[in-house]
Amino acid sequence: MSEKESTSGPCGIRQLKYREALNEALREEMRRDESVFVIGGGIGQRGGSYKVTVGLLDEFGPRRIIDAPISEASFTGAGVGAAITGMRPVVEILFIDFTSLIIDQIVNQAAKYRFMSGGKGRVPMVLRTQGGSGNGLAAQHSQSLEAWYYHVPGLKVVMPSTPYDAKGLLKSAIRDDDPVIFIEHKLLYLTEGPVPQDEYTIELGVGDIKHRGSDVTIVAWSNMVPRTLAAARKLAQEGIEAEVIDLRTLVPLDKEVILDSVRKTEHLVIVQEAVRRGGVASDIASIVQAEAFDFLDAPIEIVAGKNTPIPFNVHLETAAVPQEADIASAVRRVLHL
Amino acid sequence: MYSLEFLEQLYRTIYTIRIFETECIRLYRQGLIIGYFHPYLGEEAIATGVCAALRPDDYIVSTHRGHGHCIARGGELPKMVAEVLGREAGYCRGRGGSMHIADISTGNIGANGIVGAGIPIGVGAGLGIHIRGGDQVVAVFFSDGACNNGVFAESLNLAAIWDLPVVFVLENNQYAVSSPIEEMSRVPDLHKRTEGYGVPAYLVDGNDVLAVYEKTSEAIGACRKGKGPVLIEAKTYRHGGHHVNDPGLYMPKDRLEYYKARDPVKLAREYLMQQGQCSEQHLAAIEQQVQEAMEQAVEFAKNSPEPSVEAFVKEVERN
Repeated sequence: MSEKESTSGPCGIRQLKYREALNEALREEMRRDESVFVIGGGIGQRGGSYKVTVGLLDEFGPRRIIDAPISEASFTGAGVGAAITGMRPVVEILFIDFTSLIIDQIVNQAAKYRFMSGGKGRVPMVLRTQGGSGNGLAAQHSQSLEAWYYHVPGLKVVMPSTPYDAKGLLKSAIRDDDPVIFIEHKLLYLTEGPVPQDEYTIELGVGDIKHRGSDVTIVAWSNMVPRTLAAARKLAQEGIEAEVIDLRTLVPLDKEVILDSVRKTEHLVIVQEAVRRGGVASDIASIVQAEAFDFLDAPIEIVAGKNTPIPFNVHLETAAVPQEADIASAVRRVLHL
Repeated sequence: MYSLEFLEQLYRTIYTIRIFETECIRLYRQGLIIGYFHPYLGEEAIATGVCAALRPDDYIVSTHRGHGHCIARGGELPKMVAEVLGREAGYCRGRGGSMHIADISTGNIGANGIVGAGIPIGVGAGLGIHIRGGDQVVAVFFSDGACNNGVFAESLNLAAIWDLPVVFVLENNQYAVSSPIEEMSRVPDLHKRTEGYGVPAYLVDGNDVLAVYEKTSEAIGACRKGKGPVLIEAKTYRHGGHHVNDPGLYMPKDRLEYYKARDPVKLAREYLMQQGQCSEQHLAAIEQQVQEAMEQAVEFAKNSPEPSVEAFVKEVERN
């Protein structure tokens, strides 16, 4: 890891890529706890399609870095069974689109086991997967399906947007006693950001204000965060001070960070890459109108993906999901500008 | 030849399952049990024989027809009856019910409402053992119906390529809910499917508790030595429909009579009397004790409180 060392700053802060930060989280947790293992397709020798597990096979061997056949339902189920019996598996499903194959094991088994067993059983498993559009991968490799898992009681849903958050949240997810759906974004793997050398974790369920402002609150997660920050910088040039909240985890949802901000700015825009219908943004809007109605100066704006499968053609793909300009327009609308 | 003590233990278990199911069906008819209830009547020898061959630190994975597995693994009757009655004192505090009884303390990972879903979970328990490096084994119970679910094929393969200590126990009761195996598979001898996965398989008379015990002991022995998974197909037949409210009219009378004549409880009793040289008096005492234990369990469950709605609402508000 000489590349990392060469970029390390004076206070032990280095610039790491999102995928490198995830790799460090896995490595550190596997060193710390022998019950942690990783299972998925092509994660060993190949180091994963997005290179998150590079080098782990060499350090931890094939018993703990397990290359599985294309049997998603069963190797996820194996994760559930291992978790119930005392292990801490990290199951990798290459694309969130493929989690359609493991829905029973996640929704009927992992999510419900603790409850169904009267609180006696535990499923301390992390499902690492990756979603989102922007790479020309078309309809079956580009979806944003977080709402599926957000909907199911018993699951936690984490969607980090920066290398720092990715590392700290993955470490917490692995230590959590409940199943966590950890959703990465394919466009974020190569993004860089500061990550401390010293160990840290980030508590699940705590949102992060990524940009302070007093005119409007913009709530986003995953790859919509950098896009929203870019929009906020542009809006600042127009004299609009946007507060950008990165939820980081959708379940547990940090309601308070949203409500506090809305009470201050009195305007709310929610940005999600996922299709508009039945999305998490709608639920957040319903929470805010119920709990902070009197503070709102305008109807809540939701900027979301169109209700369509993701198209292959790059222009159509771009049109299907929120872009920087869409976010900025929504902010101007909510401020009646 | 087996000792009286061993045969008595087998009989006690198999008879307990029979009495539990019979008594619970009575409670169901009285309206005390609601929802789905899938009796294990006619299949008792499988759970009894398999679990007798296991060690206390082994695991089992059960099915929606799971009361027999739980009892054979040492489950406590009062907690089981309380659970099927939906009471707070039940295994799952009334939150699980008949299809979701799990007993972590006896290594029973639990029953499952989804046919086949327990198979990969059992493989995962085996994977955990493999990673930790112990010599425990996992017995995974599932049915002929589950064999036509994709996870059966996937899981057999996973266990095979990683040499996992898993004994697949295929309880072939010849019906997937109401569909006869002959119509659901071109090869009703389902154990033949394992050859392509490199998993050794055995066919055993699922109504004969000693046959099941012997074959499982052999399979477990190999498993513990790290030789990888084994499948045991135990052929049997339900004594009734899929669940309490299914009269099973699709089950041909002559076949039902054939299997009832080979009643697993009756066979176990004969073993106890003939091989074990058990006296009529002693047998009657065993049966009496089992019946009393069940009566006490029912009494306990009936008198135990329902879960508190207030506590439940408070509990889930945090979610």
